[in-house]
Amino acid sequence: MMEIDPSSAVFRGMKGAGIDFVASVPCINLQDLLCMVDADPDIIHVPVTREEEGVGICAGAYLGGKRPALLMQNSGLGNSINALASLNGLYKIPLLMIVSHRGGEGETIVGQVPMGRLTPELLDAMKIPRFSPTLFEAEELVARAWQVALADGTPTAVLLDIEFWRSR
Amino acid sequence: MMKRIEAISTIAEEAEIQDAFIVGNIGFPSRELCAVGDRTSNFYMLGSMGLASSIGLGLALARPDKRVIAIDGDGAVLMNLGSLATIADQDPKNYLLVILDNGCYGSTGSQPTCTSRRADLARMAEGAGVSEVRLAATSEELRNGVAGRGVLVVKVEIGNAEVPVIDLSPEKIIKRFMARSAPPSPSS
Repeated sequence: MMEIDPSSAVFRGMKGAGIDFVASVPCINLQDLLCMVDADPDIIHVPVTREEEGVGICAGAYLGGKRPALLMQNSGLGNSINALASLNGLYKIPLLMIVSHRGGEGETIVGQVPMGRLTPELLDAMKIPRFSPTLFEAEELVARAWQVALADGTPTAVLLDIEFWRSR
Repeated sequence: MMKRIEAISTIAEEAEIQDAFIVGNIGFPSRELCAVGDRTSNFYMLGSMGLASSIGLGLALARPDKRVIAIDGDGAVLMNLGSLATIADQDPKNYLLVILDNGCYGSTGSQPTCTSRRADLARMAEGAGVSEVRLAATSEELRNGVAGRGVLVVKVEIGNAEVPVIDLSPEKIIKRFMARSAPPSPSS
């Protein structure tokens, strides 16, 4: 059976959804995906200093007719909550969040654990739809996450845990 | 020193001539912007303090064919200082961030910010690498500055004009704005 590369699967999902604008704060698990985004001439890539800033930049890009995605670690969700509610939530602005979900099984950095545990509950409390695809579902669910974001005027989150990035 | 609403009025006049989009900061700045002359090309940011400069940047990058002006405040910029580095890094030719610096949090009771003492936002913007940084103290300097790109810092008086709350829903603000900023393409 042919191997699937996790980063390529996520990237194909983004391309399939027509994502053409990306803001990012890096994570070790996003490094290959970030290179793919950066190399794509049809995607404007804006590396940002903080995830909340990325939420604002993506909202502006949407105002300008783009289909934006924010690539980040789940720690960045905590940095973005007010903006996701009082900007995206208030104006019904869609945003695809591709999130490296740290702090679970296989985590070696103890500092990742608290936010890792809280991430699904925080998203649920904010009524932000979340998707946790397996490798084989990734392409389809990433594209669907954008379609839900656009149809409902909301941020959506694709949570990709340590196991996902190790799977092939 | 100019009153803030006078500065906003001048920026809005110039923006209309330039056919530019304006992103207005939360609180009294957006209220004053709406009061001096509401226009559908104004995006009034009603929440998300600190992000006016980021929304403006994203819009400018998405629409390189249009002028974009963000009107921000010293307190809000201090909350999102990394934005200056990102603006410098992207360096869009069609984008101007105007910082109306009154040295205080004007919408919450005029508590002083660090710019009332030692912090200097123009020098911070230069340090962040912003290619063009200007200061404006007079109405004429402001008019000249609004024609430029990068960051324009305008020292203004403390105090808010007596203007009403914006009588537009968030849905209305974004709908009419996007009719200008992202019109459906003829092919779709």
